[in-house]
Amino acid sequence: MPAAEKQAVTGAGSFNGLLTWIDQRFPLMETWRSHLTEYYAPKNFNFWYYFGSLALFVLVIQIVTGIFLTMNYKPDAAQAFASVEYIMREVPWGWWIRYMHSTGASFFFICVYLHMFRAMLYGSYRKPRELLWIFGMLIFLCLMAEAFFGYLLPWGQMSYWGAQVIVNLFDAIPVIGPDLAIWIRGDFVVSDATLNRFFAYHVIAVPLALLALVVAHLLALHEVGSSNPDGVEIKKAMDPATGRPLDGIPFHPYYTVKDTFGVVVFLIVFSIVVFFAPEAGGYFLEYNNFIPADPLKTPAHIAPVWYFTPYYSILRATTDEFVLWVLAPGVIAFAVLLIWSLKKSATRIVVGVIAIALLAGLLKLDAKVWGVVLMGASVMIFFLLPWLDQSPVKSIRYKGPLTKAALTLFVIAFFVLGYLGTESVTGERTLAAQIGTAVYFLFFFLMPWYSKMDKCRPEPERVTSK
Amino acid sequence: MSDQSDVNRGRRNLVIAGACAGGAVAVGTAVPFAASMLPSERAEALGAPVEADIGQLAPGEMTTFEWRGQPVWVVRRTQEMLEGIKKVDGKVADPKSERKRSELTPEYARNEYRSIKPEYLVVVGICTHLGCSPQDRFKAGPEAFERDWTGGFYCPCHGSLFDLAGRVYKNKPAPDNLKVPPYTYLSDTRILIGEDKKGA
Repeated sequence: MPAAEKQAVTGAGSFNGLLTWIDQRFPLMETWRSHLTEYYAPKNFNFWYYFGSLALFVLVIQIVTGIFLTMNYKPDAAQAFASVEYIMREVPWGWWIRYMHSTGASFFFICVYLHMFRAMLYGSYRKPRELLWIFGMLIFLCLMAEAFFGYLLPWGQMSYWGAQVIVNLFDAIPVIGPDLAIWIRGDFVVSDATLNRFFAYHVIAVPLALLALVVAHLLALHEVGSSNPDGVEIKKAMDPATGRPLDGIPFHPYYTVKDTFGVVVFLIVFSIVVFFAPEAGGYFLEYNNFIPADPLKTPAHIAPVWYFTPYYSILRATTDEFVLWVLAPGVIAFAVLLIWSLKKSATRIVVGVIAIALLAGLLKLDAKVWGVVLMGASVMIFFLLPWLDQSPVKSIRYKGPLTKAALTLFVIAFFVLGYLGTESVTGERTLAAQIGTAVYFLFFFLMPWYSKMDKCRPEPERVTSK
Repeated sequence: MSDQSDVNRGRRNLVIAGACAGGAVAVGTAVPFAASMLPSERAEALGAPVEADIGQLAPGEMTTFEWRGQPVWVVRRTQEMLEGIKKVDGKVADPKSERKRSELTPEYARNEYRSIKPEYLVVVGICTHLGCSPQDRFKAGPEAFERDWTGGFYCPCHGSLFDLAGRVYKNKPAPDNLKVPPYTYLSDTRILIGEDKKGA
């Protein structure tokens, strides 16, 4: 619309003139309306719907505190550890800014995990929200990268050996692995070169990608609209007079007010941790990281920060015996199940060939390689959820006992693996982690079957709310 | 593409060719950026050999030297320790050091004790699993991780075990024995780590 034809902004009092001037040169009111006052969200959001906006809020905390930390931090192996202590002891309010940043990292993961669990409960990833889910998963990957790169920066013992272990994961890739690991480190061991480049990734490269993905995530959300705890589309029941969804309410002011309340409660909890327990008993800030990095001596007990421990447990659980007695039979059983379920003979042959190739690989390559593969798969498999879930209904409210049992077992396995990942290795713990790993993957691999044969209740026509 | 008639093929081909050329330039430009992340000349130069004095080492003791930023252990093994190595031949994954020979075990260390002189073990103290530095647990006797322990190294990260010749136990996450670096005796009490007679 040419600028001259646009209507003047009203309702902003003395700002009407200014806003009209802007609106004639920029799609201000159109954006405001389509994303806030005339963006209709389902009226039945519950507690679980706080965590998306909270994750966005933590992102803002991390960016702001991060900017101020870089003003005093030195990405140099000789000075990094001391510069963090300098921030903690001598920079005015430096301790507060750093504790906000370190606590924010853990709270970011808490919010994102709960946000993802919400999607699993209510089937928020189902059609037409697959791409929304994929963008969300990419954000999750960026977040993991961000946390990993950031963890090296204090240059403590855990920073150093954590980076050493994770970079060495790439070493396991056949043929190109060792050269790739050297390329990532920029040296033959984790060193000053590694620290300097991780700093570059942490403060500029990954945050840029993260922000772009957050924009894509929100645009995709506003294209398809939010799902809700009942999993029924509000666009199915429109008001014929206004053309708006009958069960939708404008995002602003209804959900902006709700989310602001969420932010207040969040800040209370967040502040308690920042001021009274910033180390959170060694879970948010590990004790060994208060010792400067020593390339010659691994700490007696090393474990990643809590948000990585489930995947780390899966890595450790993959021993030669696990590959031989669990993975190999698992591949055979799964291939038989797939071939039995598939109709086309061409796809059956493809499945058979892939299974044989996998089996050959399982018997030929080191268990180390498969540990790395399983750890990667344990994160990547979430991408497939929209297609693994074959249930006729979206929400857990109408799903049957099989799905509920599977989800419960998965959550238990996730917590057990998470706990084991913080502990040292013993025979019994390895066995427990192996059982947890099996449950974790069965939840995903068997989903197409149990979600389909489950006894679901019919979805209601309209959303329900009290 | 339903209506081919209004597409000017000449122009379309030019656009495709232009896009391909642009893409090739973009990929070519990425090469120097990627190459800038390789180890610098300075990092490569720091790989010089290290001279180490092992004369002060008492029997049963271990000391650590730094070579290429990595810990290199020297253990002066007692007769008892050497006996222990023989006992675990059946428990280790690669008793004769046959795997990745050229990389892990130089010719002069391809023996039962993986060393030039049985008394002195020289290995890189980096676990072949994911690069942690294992701890010395030289005392023989029952341990939480191995009932019949004859002394060796325990990796705290993922529980890999190595005997006193740096040989990895079976069914542990680490796939290979600890690396024996190139080394040579300059005298009875001095060794040069990082270079052997062949290269000198």
